[in-house]
Amino acid sequence: MTRIFVPRDAAALALGAEGVAAAIAAEAARLGEPTEVVRTGSRGMTWLEPLVEVETEAGRIGYGPVRAADVAGLFAAGFLQGAEHTLRIGPPEQHPWLAGQTRLTFARCGIIDPLSVADYRAHGGFKGLERALDLGGLAIIDALKASGLRGRGGAGFPTGIKWSTVRMAEADRKYIVCNADEGDSGTFADRMLMEGDPFALIEGMAIAGVAVGASKGFIYVRSEYPHAFRTLGQAVEAATDAGYLGPGIGGSDVAFTIEVRLGAGAYICGEETSLLESLEGKRGTVRAKPPLPAVQGLFGRPTVVNNVLSLAAVPHLLANGEAEYAALGIDRSRGTLPVQLAGNVARGGLIEVPFGLTLRTLVEDYGGGTRTGRPVRAVQVGGPLGAYFPAHMLDIPLDYEAFTAARGLVGHGGVVVFDDTVDMAQQARFAFEFCAAESCGKCTPCRIGAVRGMEVVDRILSGIERDKNFAVLDDLLAVMTDASLCAMGGLTPLPVMSALQHFPEDFDAGRNREAAA
Amino acid sequence: MRTNGRTEPDRAGSADETSAPSFDAAAAQAIIAAHLGMEGPLLPLLHALQDAFRCIPGPAIPMVADALNLSRAEVHGVVSFYHDFRRVPAARHVLKLCRAEACQSVGASPLSAAFLRRLGLAWGERTEDDALSVEPVFCLGLCACGPAALYDGEPVGRLTASVLDELAERARRA
Repeated sequence: MTRIFVPRDAAALALGAEGVAAAIAAEAARLGEPTEVVRTGSRGMTWLEPLVEVETEAGRIGYGPVRAADVAGLFAAGFLQGAEHTLRIGPPEQHPWLAGQTRLTFARCGIIDPLSVADYRAHGGFKGLERALDLGGLAIIDALKASGLRGRGGAGFPTGIKWSTVRMAEADRKYIVCNADEGDSGTFADRMLMEGDPFALIEGMAIAGVAVGASKGFIYVRSEYPHAFRTLGQAVEAATDAGYLGPGIGGSDVAFTIEVRLGAGAYICGEETSLLESLEGKRGTVRAKPPLPAVQGLFGRPTVVNNVLSLAAVPHLLANGEAEYAALGIDRSRGTLPVQLAGNVARGGLIEVPFGLTLRTLVEDYGGGTRTGRPVRAVQVGGPLGAYFPAHMLDIPLDYEAFTAARGLVGHGGVVVFDDTVDMAQQARFAFEFCAAESCGKCTPCRIGAVRGMEVVDRILSGIERDKNFAVLDDLLAVMTDASLCAMGGLTPLPVMSALQHFPEDFDAGRNREAAA
Repeated sequence: MRTNGRTEPDRAGSADETSAPSFDAAAAQAIIAAHLGMEGPLLPLLHALQDAFRCIPGPAIPMVADALNLSRAEVHGVVSFYHDFRRVPAARHVLKLCRAEACQSVGASPLSAAFLRRLGLAWGERTEDDALSVEPVFCLGLCACGPAALYDGEPVGRLTASVLDELAERARRA
């Protein structure tokens, strides 16, 4: 019986993995070859998807990108024995693109069967929870603080301090809420993890529950991720059956359960207070802070709200020791960051590396330049609220503070590459357009500012009173930055200002006449 | 009129052609009752109603409000806030095209614009034969294999004009 691994990750499906899996099963049946097709997550080498792996005596051998039409040829070439073929990439973990990475959070993704508790345990799963149950709340939080883990959702707030606040708050009940509303363009790490290693998230949430004394968790998944939602639901069921969720998790007397909830297509619900409103069954409008969710969160109770990657990082760092995690990275950015390399790039995908690598290493060495083969002109980091950097600024190291100093943000680690055909004035206009479409409407700078921003950019590009309109734009950007209730309105100016600062020539009148018409 | 957002067109005129289940108050009541034990039941409840009726039927709103001790305005406010909830059913098939930056960087904007022109549609509209609704979406998490889309919930990557035309043709046939 030969085991063949075919990803069921949404990106692999988008590139034809379902057809490939069916073709493999059909060809194996036709040839009478005893095979078992195991569906996995993705290794993150998106440009090689669908990446099929065969279990041989020499370990797993990868072939990609495989199309359904290639399958018969692969069998004929002897891929069940790991034979040569033009699509053969060898053992995936030895591929230079993966070999240079430090896979901690994504150690299992693409390797294991995402829904097999036994497979998860065989790859080190639930060791973090076991240690957590031994340590108890206070010691877990000390370990977390020592690791230096900061929230991976974008704000970079120290996770240990957040948990400590919730732990110390007194209430009849507390909640763990996982923010899986990964709406930033250019990001897909949460999705990959939920589809490829959902037990890591479940284990992280259970540890959080033990640490702060919460017995109920919610995962709020965006509706644009139907596959992740389905996988999580099945994973929660499997973890419950195996005793890792329920009245006594992992053989202890600690109770913890998880409910998976579906968003309804609102970007703003990635903002933590909007997300809580949405979970409560309301419009996803932003709450004023304070009170912080850690003090008064879901249903008014103390609540840990963490991103998928923050929670999924916890099992590894507890199981392997917080010192190992803290030893990675630079300055106050410790551990690893799962970077998502996307857009117009030759080799896009997920790159988990310690903080400190430069954007240039990511874009040029890992990415191999643009997919179109044209020169890189701009790189947007951190989603739609992140800055655009020109090609000559790519030596910024991945580090929360370094990006802030460069008037940008690391955010959720999305890196989107643009070639020299990009029109940066249109990208600036789009930042406003997106904000107008997705603003929750609660505060005026965001609700009105976004619409005015679009109008002002249009006037500038049409050559109407340019100097006056540039002054209005500056004013508008300052008001949005300083007076918005949350990051949506407050950071929309970031991509706009970076476009104005680094690409002023794109705002010349006449250059964009047809676009503004 | 062009719409930049995801406003649903008020085109209930072709409702006869859709296979939308007609409103069944008893079925709606059963769905509502099944959700009452949840913490914060409104969103899961609205999703369940939409799964059953392909939209949030108008007559269901006062029923939901009554069951959850909310005002009709509050329920209406929630239904209208979220892009996913529909007041009228979509066409038989739904194509969600990503409009976000990563897909823009690989040519999604001109690709979508040309496709909509070929169909004679604006964002959010549906074809005359009610086969296909074309809706904008901001990011599907398929950013390293864009331009990306969801066709009836299934992901499609590295879109080209011919792939889009094939999807439209597939919608027309089924």
